[in-house]
Amino acid sequence: MELATAVVEQAQPGEGMEVYVARGTDNEVRAYDGAVESLTSADSAGVGIRIVLDGPHGEGSRLGFAWAGSLDPDVVQAALSDARDNARYATPDPDVVLAAPDGFAAVEQDLWDEGVITTPLEDKIALALELERATRGADPRVRQVSSADYSDGRVEVALASTTGIRSTSRRTTAFLSVDAIAGEGADSQTGTGFSVGRSPTALDPDEAKDDAVLRSTRLLGAQKARSGRCTVVFDPRVVSSLLSVVASALSGEAVVKGRSFFAGRIGETVANAAVTLTDDPTDGRAFSASAYDGEGLACRRNVLISDGVLRMFVYDTVSARRAQTRSTGSAVRGGFSGTPSAGCRALVLTPGQLGADDILEMVGDGLYVQSVTGMHSGVNPVSGDFSVGAEGLMIRGGSLAEPVREVTVASSLQRMLQSVVGIGGDLRWLPGVAAGQTLAIADMQLSGD
Amino acid sequence: MSSTWAERPEWGPCPADGVLSEDEQGTTITIPPVTDTSLIDPGVLANVLSAALAHGGDMAEVFAEDSTSASATLDDRRIEELSSGRSRGAGIRVVAGETTGFAHTSDLSEKGLLAAAAAAASVARDGGGTVRTVAMQLGPLTAHGRGDKTLPSSVSKSVKLDLLVRADEAARAAGGAISQVQVGCGDSRRRILIANSDGLLAEDDQVRTRFSVVCVANGDTGMQTGHESLARTEGYEIFQRHNVEDVARAAAQRALAKLAARPAPSGEVPIVLAGGSGGILFHEACGHGLEADHILKDASVYTGQMGQLVASPLVTLVDDGTVLGEWGNFAVDDEGNAPARNVLIENGVLTDYMWDWLRARKEGRASSGNGRRQSYKHLPMVRMTNTYLLAGSENADEIVAQTPKGVYVSKLGGGQVNTTTGDFVFGTTEAYLIEDGHITVPLRDANLIGNGPEVLRRIDAVADDFDMTPGTCGKDGQSVPVGCGQATLRITGVTLGGTA
Repeated sequence: MELATAVVEQAQPGEGMEVYVARGTDNEVRAYDGAVESLTSADSAGVGIRIVLDGPHGEGSRLGFAWAGSLDPDVVQAALSDARDNARYATPDPDVVLAAPDGFAAVEQDLWDEGVITTPLEDKIALALELERATRGADPRVRQVSSADYSDGRVEVALASTTGIRSTSRRTTAFLSVDAIAGEGADSQTGTGFSVGRSPTALDPDEAKDDAVLRSTRLLGAQKARSGRCTVVFDPRVVSSLLSVVASALSGEAVVKGRSFFAGRIGETVANAAVTLTDDPTDGRAFSASAYDGEGLACRRNVLISDGVLRMFVYDTVSARRAQTRSTGSAVRGGFSGTPSAGCRALVLTPGQLGADDILEMVGDGLYVQSVTGMHSGVNPVSGDFSVGAEGLMIRGGSLAEPVREVTVASSLQRMLQSVVGIGGDLRWLPGVAAGQTLAIADMQLSGD
Repeated sequence: MSSTWAERPEWGPCPADGVLSEDEQGTTITIPPVTDTSLIDPGVLANVLSAALAHGGDMAEVFAEDSTSASATLDDRRIEELSSGRSRGAGIRVVAGETTGFAHTSDLSEKGLLAAAAAAASVARDGGGTVRTVAMQLGPLTAHGRGDKTLPSSVSKSVKLDLLVRADEAARAAGGAISQVQVGCGDSRRRILIANSDGLLAEDDQVRTRFSVVCVANGDTGMQTGHESLARTEGYEIFQRHNVEDVARAAAQRALAKLAARPAPSGEVPIVLAGGSGGILFHEACGHGLEADHILKDASVYTGQMGQLVASPLVTLVDDGTVLGEWGNFAVDDEGNAPARNVLIENGVLTDYMWDWLRARKEGRASSGNGRRQSYKHLPMVRMTNTYLLAGSENADEIVAQTPKGVYVSKLGGGQVNTTTGDFVFGTTEAYLIEDGHITVPLRDANLIGNGPEVLRRIDAVADDFDMTPGTCGKDGQSVPVGCGQATLRITGVTLGGTA
């Protein structure tokens, strides 16, 4: 914070400035075949500076940005002069302003666990080695564990601006993951399992192992399925990625720029009445919980869709002004080298009453999808077109049946939200911007043979 | 295990030029020959490598990088953001037996480097190796002689912004239904130095420039998007040969064409892939599966297939980092080895995999020049460069004319593969029905899904209209610039994931 405020104090008269400083340490251990394959440790730090200058004729302000992967004073000074120079070239815009304190109190979060620092490296190495060993021995059909990783990180962020923003935050993360390959005859199938927490002691190696083994072994013998329309039940992990695509269409920035299929639909029914979707970074259970957003405003609970009706979008300061509203405390930024934009941070679909098995029973016949591919190449958050590669198991008579691979499931995001027929109560807090639970969506097109 | 291709050539987190000379004209200058003192002094290198091997180990390496970048975005008719950035640091690797220790630092002083060396060396402590002193027997310096180029940092920001405005105007002029245009340009200069305890010393000075346009068109059936990009391992001279208006019009036409699009068919159909971005097929269907790290872990469907027929005899596939100017081109890879033209599949027969130093060592062979990393903060691994199918002899129009019913894919946007099973997807961003040998109605975006070896065997025609396309390849959390290419080709059947 000292560095951030020291730079901000260099602001010239009439110049707006925001300084974002981050410092972090990461460790990663990869185990393979009973030994440590690689061990990485690193410190990193950087600064991102935004400058706002008044336009020459009072027609608005201009923004410039520069960053540097170093906190050396000469490098920070060079970034500052780059940012100033960059600002001279932007189009003057009355909506370009830096965030200013808006009276919302931050919900402080306890996201820091000393365990990441105090746990000896040997113990972290042991976690990865043991996970690899246990996964290999868990089932005779597991013929390979291509990697077992332990990683952790800690990051501290300070943000200061000429508009009075002063925020600091820090968080730790710890992550265990394992990739298993199951084999039977010439057939091979893969499964990934993981466990996340704020410290190594919060991790559950069995959860990672069991998930990887179950997912790889139950796909053995998978075949293509016959094309047709069916109800698809998505695994919680897939639902988390689905929601993160929906999130990009709920960004106020996408809406004001005409890049969201939700634009102009506030107050309309956009989903099944059972759907309530909330972005709530103040919920400490969310892996991506945060007290402050990417502009230093307090994060807050925003109900985006309730009972199927679209209520609001998420905004950062600039997109909010363009939409003639206020920031919802939803600026996100990709570290010191990125500028803020409007986005969701901790989406949760309000859980239903049913367990995963209840949903399968309710659906009766359909496809259970445990993982998808091509979310980036076959899902378009502007048009809403949705087509992804899928693997999983057929659902027959309310139970999981034979495994399926090399098929796609397709619809549109608009239609999928309307066709939600079952929301699980089995909410899982996952890394990324959304939690997930079992979700059933009717009338999707399965493409196979 | 899962690797992806993304359509937009984007920068990783390394950007901008610290020193911007404001020459309004954009002068053409010759990059001064890189010297052995440019990033780290040789005496310091020897000390650092010795310290890295203080507890034993088979190999120590210093990878230093000084990277600058600049980008500008025009969105919603406004020059919205100019950004510049700089990243400088070194990664130090110590390999002891099967274990690699790695540490990185943004401090390029001898003190900073020695601290990183000590951290990387700690993994070798239990290896029982003997202490070695590295006397730098500096090998021949690999310098990059690419002649004259216009360094992006020598080009005025006004000149760059003019390109954005021209593209915006051209895209909007393409049709009244174009409702939104985003134009981005970016450039980077990445100077790297690699030295290792085997005496290797190499440097490269990589200059890349990209330009991209994304359009939204709005019609009765909702919104559609179109994207086009230009990206080369070159300086601003690319704009002397390429017209930004053409890039903009291509993006706009793509979005406009899809306004009339029907839902894509569902199920197995014959596919004709147009030259260029269709190369994503090979990147996913076999490129990743031929990377030696997957092979050595028996995590590829191509393990043990050397010398076998793995594709149609029409398939001769090459990975080639030497193609000057292509997006995946460089003078030395991120382990200091020269790139090569590596033939992976010849007339359908698997002839080689791709190798980095670590995996090549296990097999007692040389690296194929495929060791790459996103930045000094990352360990190198086996990566593709420019991966392409050699052209055939048929005529592209005739291939379409001889396809009674199917789908013509003129642009692919990205893909993803599971190397272990060989199952992969690739997504269309511009496609049409083929009816009675004619390209007819446009189709909405969809993914195609197939299994690598099966799909490669189903290629029954390859034309002579070779073209290449740039993209960003993601693997194990690292992104690197790559190229891919092919000529128009036909696959007798692939599953198309539409809704109709």
